[in-house]
Parts: sequence; C-alpha cells; structure tokens
Amino acid sequence: MRDAGSEDDYNFAYLDEQTKRMIRRAILKGIAVPGYQVPFASREMPMPYGWGTGGVQVTAACLVPEDRLKVIDQGADDTTNAVSIRRFFQRTAGVATTEATSEATVIQTRHRIPETPLTEGQILVYQVPIPEPLRFLEPRETETRKMHELEEYGLMHVKLYEDIARHGQIATAYAYPVKVEGRYVMDPSPIPKFDNPKLSGSPAIQLFGAGREQRIYALPPWTGAVSLDFDDHPFATSKAPHDCDLCGAKDSYLDEVITDDAGGRMFVCSDTDFCVGRREDGHMGRLGADPKALQAVGPLSPAQEAAQ
Amino acid sequence: MTIQTTIAATPLLKVEGLTKRYGPRIGCADVSFDLYPGEVLGIVGESGSGKSTLLSCLAGHQRADLGRIAYADRDVLAMSETERRRLSRTDWAYVHQNPRDGLRMGVSAGGNVGERLMAVGARHYGEIRGKAVDWLGRVEIAADRLDDRPSAFSGGMQQRLQIARNLVTSPRLVFMDEPTGGLDVSVQARLLDLSRGLVRDLGLSVVIVTHDLAVVPFWPTG
Repeated sequence: MRDAGSEDDYNFAYLDEQTKRMIRRAILKGIAVPGYQVPFASREMPMPYGWGTGGVQVTAACLVPEDRLKVIDQGADDTTNAVSIRRFFQRTAGVATTEATSEATVIQTRHRIPETPLTEGQILVYQVPIPEPLRFLEPRETETRKMHELEEYGLMHVKLYEDIARHGQIATAYAYPVKVEGRYVMDPSPIPKFDNPKLSGSPAIQLFGAGREQRIYALPPWTGAVSLDFDDHPFATSKAPHDCDLCGAKDSYLDEVITDDAGGRMFVCSDTDFCVGRREDGHMGRLGADPKALQAVGPLSPAQEAAQ
Repeated sequence: MTIQTTIAATPLLKVEGLTKRYGPRIGCADVSFDLYPGEVLGIVGESGSGKSTLLSCLAGHQRADLGRIAYADRDVLAMSETERRRLSRTDWAYVHQNPRDGLRMGVSAGGNVGERLMAVGARHYGEIRGKAVDWLGRVEIAADRLDDRPSAFSGGMQQRLQIARNLVTSPRLVFMDEPTGGLDVSVQARLLDLSRGLVRDLGLSVVIVTHDLAVVPFWPTG
C-alpha cells in the first residue's frame, strides 16, 4: 500500500490519457476554427468552478515533462489562485516552474496578458468564466449558437450602443468582445481592454478553457482579433493615469492599492514579474525602495535590535 | 409610373396551398393568395381559426407542412436559414401583438430602433442615433425618450416603438399580428391612423391579422 494521497498515484499532470486526448482534440479543433467555441467533456477537477478548472484542464492536456510553467492571477505570480495551481502541477506533473514570462513555455493566466511580449513556441492558457460573448444579451444557448452560425452579431453592437447612450463612451472595460479574422465574435475572458491589442497577431498560441461551461476556444499564432467599436467611437484602451509607484513604469497596467484609511493609495504594476524585473534593472518609482540598498544594510545585529 | 406598373405586374408574395397541421388538428389548410407591392391584405377570422398560424408560417417562424411560398419569385421554403433570416431582418418586418415579444425590454428605445440597422452593418453611432430620433418622431414619440427603456413606456407607445423598430430598415413586406389588440379604442384609432400613413408613404405591402372586422376598412388597398 502506498501512502494515501501519494502523488505517484496520479497520471502525469493529473488527467488520464484518454481525457487529455479528448481535450487535445477539442484544442486542435479550436485552433483550426479560430474563435469558435468547441464543446468538450469537462471533468471534475480538485478545485471549485470559478477557480480555473477549464484553464487547468487545458494546461494539463498541453504539458509535457520538459515544459516550464508559469501561473498568474490578475498578473501576479504570488496570489492564492496562481500559487495553488502552480503547486498543483508541481505535484502532479513534476514540471519546472518559473515566474519569468520569458522563460516559461506554458503560461496559465487569469484576467491578464503578461506585459513582456510573448514569443513563438509559448502557450498562453486563459481561464474563462463565461465563454459566450452574447450570453448577457441572449440567454438561450440554442439562439446564440445560431447567431454565431449565421454571423448575426448586430446584438453585440447594441450592447456597445447602450454603453455610449448611457455613459457617453463605451464603458465596457474588461471582457471586451473581439472579432476573430472577420468571422467569430469571441469573449477574450475578463482581461482588461488594455490587453486587447495584445490578443491580435501574437506569436504565441492562445488557448481558452471554460470548465463549468465546457467550452474550449483558441487563437492560433498570428491571428487577427479586432475589438468591436463604432466608426465615431473607436476602440480605445484604458488604464489608471499614473506611473507604477514601485518601478515607475508608465505603460503597464496598474492595480490600485489602498494603503490607509485616510485616502492614501498607491498604483503598482499588476504584472509582478514585469515590475520586479524593472526594479532589478534599476528603475524606481515614487514609493520604490532600492533593493541593493536594503541588501547593503543587512539584518540588524542583536545589539542594534536591543538599542531600538 | 411605368416602373410602378411593371413592379405591380408580379406579386411580391405568392402563396399556394399552404397547409399546417398540429398532429391530427388543422392549423390552416390550403391557403392561396397573391400579394402585390403596396397592397394590404387583412386576414380576419374568429379566435382559433388559424390566423396566427398562417402568419407565423408566412414569416417563417413555423414550417408549413404543405404548399409553396414565393417572395419576389424566390422560394421561401427552399431557402437556407441564413438567407431566410437575412430576409426577415431586411426586407421583412414582423409586428407582434404583444410589444414585449417584439422589443428588447432591457435596451433603450434608441437601441431597439438601432438594432436592425446594426444587424445589417451600420457602425456609426451618430448616424444610428440620428435615424432612431427620426423614427421615434415618425411614430410620435418625443425625442427625449430616446434613452428610456420600453418598460417606462405606455402600451400604445411600446407598440409604436415596435413599429418604428421594424420599419427602420425600410422593409417591403410587413406582417402584423393583431397590432391593435390590447389597446383601448382611442389608442387603436391613433395607431391605425399612423400605420396607414406609414404604409401609404413607404409603399409597404402588409399582411395584417385581426379578429376585429372594424379595423379592416381603415386600411388602404391596392
């Protein structure tokens, strides 16, 4: 008898080979028909729906032992979702992991595309909560499938019209719909629209997995994805009008962090790897501390500590 | 004039032996008629006589069991669904009895009118909005209600909005399923007056279902 819970009891990357085969077939079909939502028999995963069960299954089907995996949640490598999924694959697949975007071969992401440009040979796996871009406009699945089939996408613009009528501009800030190679309208998962331009023409393979909704779709490398808009209200990206307070980056997507209850706040890169890399290169923001200076000081001696 | 007579020489809608059964029961049986451009056809009958079945078969919402429907010399029943749905959002319009069936209740009046425009490729917000204002005016809805949702409208206004939403892409053939049902008499009269004016001005062909014989004489013919 082995120990209960021994990782050796699992197949490589948790899923059995037949399941991976089924998922790979769905992925291949998705790549063959960019933007089309391919149904697949999503499995129960050892994590709740909404935690990336779709992305995890896609990642599991893509991983080979030589891969180096990076997992991010809202751009960060160190948040709960990212840490637990990274650990899951460390334990069940034994693959190497990294936080550096440029070193990773497979990147699973929730809600962001890394700031560092992706390269050929990389796979970006998105976790998708609701794959159907028309869902909130048309609740019937039979009808939305028909609309995709017949390219009836007028309704998508009705949503953008309503945005402008109510807010004076297209207020959709995330999960901003794109049209893939002039055919399928696709939900890019809830990435900020800041990231939308990076979807198009990326050298990396982009795969989208929705576990609860049982759909996989894909953007092959160098595929065009155009954000929907109006001629007189063109698509525009948006970000907080600040620089990163840690690394000083002017062009990265920022998180707002509340620092006290007196209105204090700071803006930091949501992509932690990008921010750390910049600080190591010597860039410093408004509130950044020089990492070398910290090292130079070193830990306090017992005497110093007592004096304090 | 010459053009008009040549157009009028061929029927816009030609129906032959249209039959629809619901199992052993008859929905409508062996219906044939020709509808010429600019003509208004009233389908009158008692409740349960198959008027709505006939209309939904004509509009393609249901499939007829037997018979032929030709629109502008094209066989409607043999068309692919893509073609038929394209037709039904460009050349055709369908006014439901209950405006809630024909409107998007969660979308503003302007969005409702603009939907068909956007469905056929309009991508200029200002122009869509301009057309929506124009059409609200034509159906006597004040321009300042443009951004209100239909749920904030009265029943008569909702029905007029539905008509505007349908006519904005200048269809040639309009199906109306008891458009005045559920409205009080004075509102009915105004709506009929309005529809009559639009039909005359735009030269529409109309197939209208009603159980109210008193409504029929209000419509122009020929």
